[in-house]
Amino acid sequence: MSTSEKTILKIKGLRLEGVRAGNVIVDDVDVTLHAGEVLGLIGESGAGKSTIGLSAMSYARAGVHIAQGSIEIDGIDIRKLDAGGRRGVRGRRIAYVAQSASAAFNPSHTIMDQVCEAPMIHGLMSREEAESWARHLFKSLDLPEPETFGNRYPHQASGGQLQRAMAAMAMSCRPDILVLDEPTTALDVTTQIEVLILLKSLIREYGTAALYITHDLAVVAQVADRIKVLRHGKEVEEGTVDGVLQAPTQDYTARLVAVRGAAASERADPTSVKPEIVLKVDHIDASYGTFKVVSDVSLDIRRGETVAVVGESGSGKSTLARIITGLLPPTAGTITFKGQVLPRSLAERGKDLKRTIQLVYQIPDVALNPRQTLMETIGRPVSFYFSMGGTNPVKQGGHQTVQESVGRPSSLYFGMGAKDVDKRTKELMDLVELPQSFLTRYPTELSGGQKQRVCVARALAADPDLIILDEPTSALDPLVAEEILKLLRRLQVELGLSYMLITHDLDVVHRIAHRTAVMLRGSFVAFDETEKIFAGPYHPYTEKLVNAVPVMRSDWLDGVLAKRAAAAAA
Amino acid sequence: MKILGHKPTASAWFGLVVMGLFVIVAIFTPVLAPYPESANIGGTWDEPSAAMWLGADQIGRDMLTRIMYGSRMTIGVALAITALSFLIGIVLGFLSAVMGGWVDLFLTRLVDVMLSIPGLIFALIILGVFGSSIPVLILTIAVLDSTRVFRLARALGMNLTVLEYVEAAKLRGEGTWWIIRREILPNASAPLMSEFGLRFCFNFLFIAGLSFLGLGVQPPYADLGGMVRENAAAINFGMMAPIYPATAIALLTVSVNLVVDWLLSIEARPSGAQAEL
Repeated sequence: MSTSEKTILKIKGLRLEGVRAGNVIVDDVDVTLHAGEVLGLIGESGAGKSTIGLSAMSYARAGVHIAQGSIEIDGIDIRKLDAGGRRGVRGRRIAYVAQSASAAFNPSHTIMDQVCEAPMIHGLMSREEAESWARHLFKSLDLPEPETFGNRYPHQASGGQLQRAMAAMAMSCRPDILVLDEPTTALDVTTQIEVLILLKSLIREYGTAALYITHDLAVVAQVADRIKVLRHGKEVEEGTVDGVLQAPTQDYTARLVAVRGAAASERADPTSVKPEIVLKVDHIDASYGTFKVVSDVSLDIRRGETVAVVGESGSGKSTLARIITGLLPPTAGTITFKGQVLPRSLAERGKDLKRTIQLVYQIPDVALNPRQTLMETIGRPVSFYFSMGGTNPVKQGGHQTVQESVGRPSSLYFGMGAKDVDKRTKELMDLVELPQSFLTRYPTELSGGQKQRVCVARALAADPDLIILDEPTSALDPLVAEEILKLLRRLQVELGLSYMLITHDLDVVHRIAHRTAVMLRGSFVAFDETEKIFAGPYHPYTEKLVNAVPVMRSDWLDGVLAKRAAAAAA
Repeated sequence: MKILGHKPTASAWFGLVVMGLFVIVAIFTPVLAPYPESANIGGTWDEPSAAMWLGADQIGRDMLTRIMYGSRMTIGVALAITALSFLIGIVLGFLSAVMGGWVDLFLTRLVDVMLSIPGLIFALIILGVFGSSIPVLILTIAVLDSTRVFRLARALGMNLTVLEYVEAAKLRGEGTWWIIRREILPNASAPLMSEFGLRFCFNFLFIAGLSFLGLGVQPPYADLGGMVRENAAAINFGMMAPIYPATAIALLTVSVNLVVDWLLSIEARPSGAQAEL
């Protein structure tokens, strides 16, 4: 990490405000970057890190206004330049790599066209020179078939490939500064590590300074020289990577660091598990048309247990959830729920059966109807399943319901009038630790963590036996995700719920899952108690997954590279 | 001043004011009009005077009165057509989006067939067979126009059906009707409202056009298109008579369009802000 003394980027007193309300988004932040240095900007959503990254190019998104501050690139204050001057700087001296590669590429032009666009516009290279430089970049970024990769259209490349192509596009003018806005957040763990390695080597090779924006401390530890922690638009702490991670001076930083470390000690509570088997999946196959997505999957979940299904995108874990809920009928095999065979498709299942398996989605923004208040969202399942005229499974000599185990008479839940629905909705809000006054609010007025709690409350409203959680914390900030995990654990112990947790985050799996299944390309490669799966000896894919998860140590990536070099040499 | 939470632009103000005037006139015509609808007061194509502000039409009726009643008729008919076509189009469009499968296939192919027949010819045939009474007029054009509304509603519905909250409702076991009413419709209302304004303009022009051809609203009812037809010969004598109803048509169409433009621009960028470069 060779850095020189030359200050390549100097932002002083940056202040960004919202245009309509005048609210402060970034408050008096300074950023100093030396040539060849990598500065990590850490913070949660709303901290202002992306906004600062963009304002380094003197760009503010719609609704945001740069109120104050000087932005100097190599000594020239770009805020004082005219629009043309700024255009000349962007792409040439400073380039931006966005979070979502598919949104950054124009789908109707080839990748080569777009990578060559910047140097040609800035008059730096002719088309032929730009193309050969692009091919050189493709090769160093380890893209498949670098000679012809540029001829592909964006939709013909995978997520990881597009992300690397975007890095090539950013490097096409050999800029002095790169702004990397969460470049690996949207990628799988195994793809992430490859992209990280390549980004790091790219930055080193060309001596580019970089602003690395992310909320993942372990990732930033691998790439950055210094870290700056942000919160609510203000700077919390700045220091060297090791300094901030090993010995944080501020409370907030310490909390962020601690969340990552919790995975090392916390484990799922075994006392909540009862021997009764709630869900049993036997040798399920499923296909979309002729394409087989799930083959020969078997698992079982006991009462009060959490079974995690781990895998990468395309492994079929979300499809498994759809099969169990009945949205995709399996082509072979059976699913048994509490001793009874589940009808294969949703339409064949009765109302009560639909009630007992609930689903919590990954992105709370689309999981909640933005035009319904919380009262309607949570109250609807209550009145739908339990209002007057509904069936009472207890009276029909059915199973022991959850409410009886909590000591409440089941008559409260069946034949409910409007007032009872109201009361129950308020109880549910208490259960997920949300204030009852929120019931009149709309989802757009809530934060991500609060919305996810509402999703959990909606699932609980149906009084289910099994809740399938599809990546419940992936879209949330680490501290917020922490709270949701705590809530889920508490509810499992209190209410005796069973969870099927679909995730790619191995830390979450360690902390909450009793048993884990590892899924690869539609089938399970391992299914056992969590401890046993991750203690080894490993299935080769499990080993790959485990080794790809970044550890919060600045030399971890170098260690991985050294191991690979040793393995290659051997 | 803000309307619906947003400040209208200058052109939107023009549109809103003119539209508002037309609506008031259309509703209160019997009270506001200076003369009864078919009263003969002056001679053919009299010049504008104190008694008749816009002069007389081809058989001596007050032009201003005729325009007021004509607007009332044309706006009323166009509104009825648009409302009916939206009712049909939205119900079928959302049904198609939510249910998918055979229902979707059947409805889209049916709409494709209807759209492949030239609208004007189709309308003329139906009107020729069944006569040009107002109910037939409204029904025919509404059914024809509902195909376009169907397409929009179906597109909106398809975007919304795949969202997780609709899936959550389906998993719960909610009926199709409930999903359409509570999950899809509230979230599709903004683009549909703008479309309502646009289709109103088209229907308005279509009715005026049919009346101009003699197949729309029949005399003695006043209708703007019919008035243009009846007064057209005055142009040969350098008189302004047909210009007045034609201007009324143009003013209403333009003003509704301006308002719809403004609504669409709000939809596209609710905060009204631009990026700072």
